[in-house]
Amino acid sequence: MTPQANTSRRGSEPAVVRVENVYKSFGDTDVLRGITLAIDHHEVVALIGKSGSGKSTLLRCINLLEQVDDGQIFLDDKELTDPLVKQDDVRSHIGIVFQQYNLFPHMTVVDNVALANRHVFKKGKHEARDEARALLERIGLGDKANEYPDRLSGGQQQRAAIVRAIATNPRVLLLDEVTSALDPELVGEVLDLIRELKQTGVTIVMATHEMNFARDVADRVAFLDDGVILEQGPAKQVLTTPREARTREYLKRFNAAH
Amino acid sequence: MNNDREARRPSATELDRRAFRRRQNTRSVIISLVSTIIFAVVIWLAVVNSPGWQQVQNSFFNWDTIVQAFPRVGEGLWLNIRVLFYATIGVAVLAFIIAIMRTLRGPVFFPLRALAAGYTDLFRGMPLIIVLYLVGFGIPGLNLFGRMPLEFWGTIALVTTYSAYVAEVFRAGIESVHPSQRLAARSLGLSYAKTLRLVVMPQAIRKVTPALMNDFIAMQKDVGLISVLGAVDAVRAAQIETAAAFNFSPYVLAGLLFVLLSLPMIRISDWYTGRLRRREQMGALV
Repeated sequence: MTPQANTSRRGSEPAVVRVENVYKSFGDTDVLRGITLAIDHHEVVALIGKSGSGKSTLLRCINLLEQVDDGQIFLDDKELTDPLVKQDDVRSHIGIVFQQYNLFPHMTVVDNVALANRHVFKKGKHEARDEARALLERIGLGDKANEYPDRLSGGQQQRAAIVRAIATNPRVLLLDEVTSALDPELVGEVLDLIRELKQTGVTIVMATHEMNFARDVADRVAFLDDGVILEQGPAKQVLTTPREARTREYLKRFNAAH
Repeated sequence: MNNDREARRPSATELDRRAFRRRQNTRSVIISLVSTIIFAVVIWLAVVNSPGWQQVQNSFFNWDTIVQAFPRVGEGLWLNIRVLFYATIGVAVLAFIIAIMRTLRGPVFFPLRALAAGYTDLFRGMPLIIVLYLVGFGIPGLNLFGRMPLEFWGTIALVTTYSAYVAEVFRAGIESVHPSQRLAARSLGLSYAKTLRLVVMPQAIRKVTPALMNDFIAMQKDVGLISVLGAVDAVRAAQIETAAAFNFSPYVLAGLLFVLLSLPMIRISDWYTGRLRRREQMGALV
């Protein structure tokens, strides 16, 4: 473990998620080459870096949607990468939201949100539905609760997907470029929701291309390059006065394009 | 990058994990193997020790009779294979036409839609054996055509019945392609027919390949039913041999030959659908 990796952590209480020296390759492509990262309770960490730098793969590894080739991942000091661990159990305590929403098209929005509580956490049908409806109400989707996802706009679908992920009160919420598939005018409503979640204390790790948003909302930014975390630190510092030349280059090119 | 990779040795944790997974894997393979063998042995012992086993073995699994019956049953099977070949082509064409007719939109096409719907309703409901009698003995009775061989009418009957099933499978496939795909194709200026041919059908057929293969394999067996018309196929030949030898073994032989006939198709369909899945769906652990 590199000593510099955890320097930006704030408290001394145990990290919610701890990634230690994780490697992952697909065929001949090494996607993650020794990632070490710790995320504290109530912390929002943004992963930035160009496409293919490994952001999504890292999130998928944390949710055990991919098997790591080496290294360990811990959730509240419990090793997730232990082959004996119950994977479904782990996943039920980690929420993930995908770029393409992935709502279930054959269920209404409220049933999408209530699904895990009903069938994983064994809550009653009415209880789970009422909770789901209350959540949707809170984020302004109350009137869409009984609609099918296809009838919703992209922004509404993505908000519903985020609500589905947090409905079970996961220990950490993983957001995988959740605004990348959205029209620019719909991005705002999704970012507002994430901002609100941060205020309620949800621990978030997000892969994002929204630099302004990352600067506003993230406590910490990690720059992934070629499968390693090249630089990390407080959001403002990394995004405005990066130490590494390659981070500077990436941000410059990114700002030129936007 | 790759040099790094060659140089990097997996950590002790990872090596432990791999060893654990290997052990786990070996263990499950051994368990399943042992349980399969025990199951097979128990069944075998139960059958062999049953009071009537001697007689059953004699009248169903008599090696000499099987060898003796082989040439004629094999010859009959060749007829089945030929019928199957033509029936498959016939079913593919007719089912496709019916499926298209059923999916046509607009009031102008109502008669065609109704005709196609009526056809599938009728022939999915009617037992194949009755269709065989009606077609095999009824149509020749009209004296419209010259004398045709029995297997010809058998093939027509098979095509008639199976087209109704396969047309519904095709239709399910066509309707499962998301409407946005049609929109995208029409937006490029493709005609209705071209949209169907170039965009909808390829996706539709991919989705229903397992169901199609299933119907094909079912038809492969039902080809044996043309024997009721008197055509000397494998089943009929086995019947003749059985009568001659006063022993049921030729039926067992015919049955085994039908199984062998269907095996390649089953394997090919498994392989094909597996390949499609790998190509079009992003892999994941879950």
